[in-house]
Amino acid sequence: MTLSSNVRRLLAVLTALVLVVMYAPLMIVVINSFNESQSLSWPPSGLTFDWWERAFHSDGARRAVVTSVQAAAAATVIALVLGTLMAMALQRYRFFGQNSVNLLVVLPIALPGIVTGIALNNAFRGILGLQLTILTVIVAHATFCIVTVFNNVQARLRRVGGNLEEASADLGAGVWTTFRLVTFPQLRSALLAGGLLAFALSFDEIIVTTFTAGAGVTTLPIWILENLFRPNQAPIVNVVAVVLILVSIVPIWFAQKLSGDTEALR
Amino acid sequence: MSQGDVARAAVPPPGVTSARRLSSLLSARPRLRLSLLLSAPLTWLVLIYVVALAALLVTAFWSVDSFTGELNRSFTLENIREITTESLYRTVTIRTLTVALVVTVVDVAIALPIAFYMAKIASRRMQRILLIAVLTPLWASYLVKAFAWRSVLSDVGILEWSTSRLGLESPGYGLVAVVMTQAYIWLPYVILPIFAGLERVPDSLLDAAGDLGASAWQTLRTVVFPMLVPAIIAGSIFSFSLTLGDYITVNIVGGANQMLGNLVYTNVGAANNLPLAAAVALIPVLIMIGYLSVVRRTGALDNL
Amino acid sequence: MRTKTITGRRVRGPGMALAVSSLIILAACGGGDSDDSAGGPPTKLGENESKVSILAWPGYVEDGSNDPKVDWVTPFEKETGCEVTSKAYGTSDEAFNLAKTGDYDVIAASGDLTARMVASKEAVEVNTDLIPNYEKVYDFLKDQEWNTFDGKHYGVPHGYGANLLMYNADEVKPAPTSWKAVFEDASKYKGKVTAYDSPIYIADAALYLMKHQPDLGIENPYALDEKQFAAAVDILKEQRKNIGEYWADYLKEISAFETGDLVIGTTWQVIVNSIDTKKANVKAILPEEGATGWSDTWMISSKAKSPNCAYAWLNYIDSPKANAAATEYFGEAPNSEEACDFAADKSFCDTYKAGDEEFASQLWYWRTPVEKCLDGRTDVKCVDYAEWTKAWTEIKG
Repeated sequence: MTLSSNVRRLLAVLTALVLVVMYAPLMIVVINSFNESQSLSWPPSGLTFDWWERAFHSDGARRAVVTSVQAAAAATVIALVLGTLMAMALQRYRFFGQNSVNLLVVLPIALPGIVTGIALNNAFRGILGLQLTILTVIVAHATFCIVTVFNNVQARLRRVGGNLEEASADLGAGVWTTFRLVTFPQLRSALLAGGLLAFALSFDEIIVTTFTAGAGVTTLPIWILENLFRPNQAPIVNVVAVVLILVSIVPIWFAQKLSGDTEALR
Repeated sequence: MSQGDVARAAVPPPGVTSARRLSSLLSARPRLRLSLLLSAPLTWLVLIYVVALAALLVTAFWSVDSFTGELNRSFTLENIREITTESLYRTVTIRTLTVALVVTVVDVAIALPIAFYMAKIASRRMQRILLIAVLTPLWASYLVKAFAWRSVLSDVGILEWSTSRLGLESPGYGLVAVVMTQAYIWLPYVILPIFAGLERVPDSLLDAAGDLGASAWQTLRTVVFPMLVPAIIAGSIFSFSLTLGDYITVNIVGGANQMLGNLVYTNVGAANNLPLAAAVALIPVLIMIGYLSVVRRTGALDNL
Repeated sequence: MRTKTITGRRVRGPGMALAVSSLIILAACGGGDSDDSAGGPPTKLGENESKVSILAWPGYVEDGSNDPKVDWVTPFEKETGCEVTSKAYGTSDEAFNLAKTGDYDVIAASGDLTARMVASKEAVEVNTDLIPNYEKVYDFLKDQEWNTFDGKHYGVPHGYGANLLMYNADEVKPAPTSWKAVFEDASKYKGKVTAYDSPIYIADAALYLMKHQPDLGIENPYALDEKQFAAAVDILKEQRKNIGEYWADYLKEISAFETGDLVIGTTWQVIVNSIDTKKANVKAILPEEGATGWSDTWMISSKAKSPNCAYAWLNYIDSPKANAAATEYFGEAPNSEEACDFAADKSFCDTYKAGDEEFASQLWYWRTPVEKCLDGRTDVKCVDYAEWTKAWTEIKG
């Protein structure tokens, strides 16, 4: 299919437009983090570095970031393990109830977060009588992060096929050796992409977290929610958001570079 | 020259260790392998998620003592009766579904051109840059983005400031604001599956269509789009599910409006009526499960 | 490309059996109900624990993080060694829900919450002999129906205040004098009116009807029979058409008034004090019909992990100095005569009518509506709070 250069240009313009729309509110967040006045009025009345300074000294923000990182890392590890196991099971075998299992994996992320949240809250507190701690948050997050890893690994397994694994077995490699030397290297970038997405999902999750985090657990989104409307803290929230965006560019770029090797069927 | 002789001479046969015995056992028994693979994740999902959901479902048939807030575990259909007969729930469900539909349509419409450009037209380097550009906003906190929209839509916000010169005014807080904000926030979730789907369409197919005489538009319509349907549906699953349960965006930019998520939230929190909240929660659950079952055949679930 | 297949094999997932058995086991176990408190309240205090967690209205537990000049928590921490963590809630319903988690030792509860806390055994009886500062509290705040049940004290009074009508003086002209401005005249500011986002607000509508539709016969805005209740719900549904946003988070109201997205509605004095008058020239009045109000009680949770620190806090916050600081900041009358001496503003007690028993009796303090009419009527059944809650979601539409 050949597209005329006009069409190409039109699509390029549309893409640029969409990107502008996507980044405009983020630009406003950036500007507001320098905004002198604490309110939301536009245009900003003056610029100041005050908020940035206060943000770096903010204990609450720092602790919240650490908590979020801990929870997201643990949830991602669990999701990586469970997602890979599940993907291998569904992709390499056929069995009764396969479609249902597929549906089951997707369910935690397909059902609205508030349903997952109150279901887990009821199960943890009401039925099991547990205290809500960071562990309950990790368990909840891992549950809906499984699907991101699962999908990435499944797609990769489908693309790669089982020939190399069969060959490896034929050559006498044991199950673990095959996995370690043949399967895992092929999966690596898919795991990275899936893991990164899972980490991002867990890091930014608020709805399920509100219901599964006890009084003592303050992840970053919870901290932001608490401070969002406070006149003295809202600009600090903006600073934290900007830092997050900047910090996240590196791992995203890295993941893209790695997965770029085995991509496109062009 | 027998390379085989060299190989046979250089490599000693592996010894029989317990690991090898285990491997042989597993190779001979695919069922066992499958069970081992499945057991951990399946147990996790069933024990933690399915059971919790089922327990919630059961709670929908209980009631709560209004004064003490204690759960009354006797079976009652009162909550179900309430959500099916009271017009409030019908109104809010229709409102939420409409918002979800509009948000999905807007997002898909925006995603298609950009995903196509990224997948088919952009150079390799550009594609990577664009992908990073699309993924980065996912890392900006959902709350901060929603709140940024609150400031954009405010009476003294940028929208009012820019449109007042044209004689228009900012839509303020309300359902339009909710649609705009949610469409904005869910956009990356919709772009990604569509982009992945477009990537899977081989260029050779498009070239072949061109060779057979189809115009670009015809090719897009009859070849590309049907192949994209699962991917579009996958994207729509995200936007639907996120909208059906969302209460935070509504609180921030929705003005005085309520959506299904708010009804569930206020019943769990303020009203302290978990059974009624569970009953209301059944509405989006049934909608999503219904939607998932219908689209399962299209293979959309593999594209999530 | 074909992947490995197991032809014709049926591997029944272990999931089904697991799920069913788990469900049966867990359903049988049932939920964790809180134990009945053993015996009565303590007769003497022990060592202070190292921390105490407090659930209260915003502005009640200030430790300087909001405004460095506003801090009565740090002196308490130094004096008692109990480190304070606090959580603010927006409505009594939210507080009830949070209190049930058992994470808090001390809870500040308004009159519409106390009865529920006692009935559900979330709060315990308090031995006021262990609280020396209790003596100094105004007599008309003691032994009231919202803090004393069955002759037993369930907390100590904090102060009392009213829900006021706030308006942006630059946008709302002429200055309102009646709640009519947010009911019948609300269409004048359509989309910029606000109201408190809690079912208890229905009482405000009832209060309005009490004065403007006397033939409905409303004696007590918390004791409404079906007909009176329906009338209140009707004017609230009318009001809904003009509402821009409801507020449960006081900060949201502050921010909305400052940007001009809201210009008139219900408020608390602390909100009026917090709004930057350079951004919005707000004023607040007690309208001619009177107002609903609240009288808060500090309660101790039945699941308190630090009961001794809890008693220490109750004693501290009832001390004239701390009570004056807290009530002056929030904008409500203090709980004792002596507190007036510690107020920064010398006219504080006059402004808030501290000790004015007659004024205090004119405010309709938040109460939990129950079936047995609070105004004493026995011929009709009054609408209880569960119905108020349902109606409130219907009003919001």
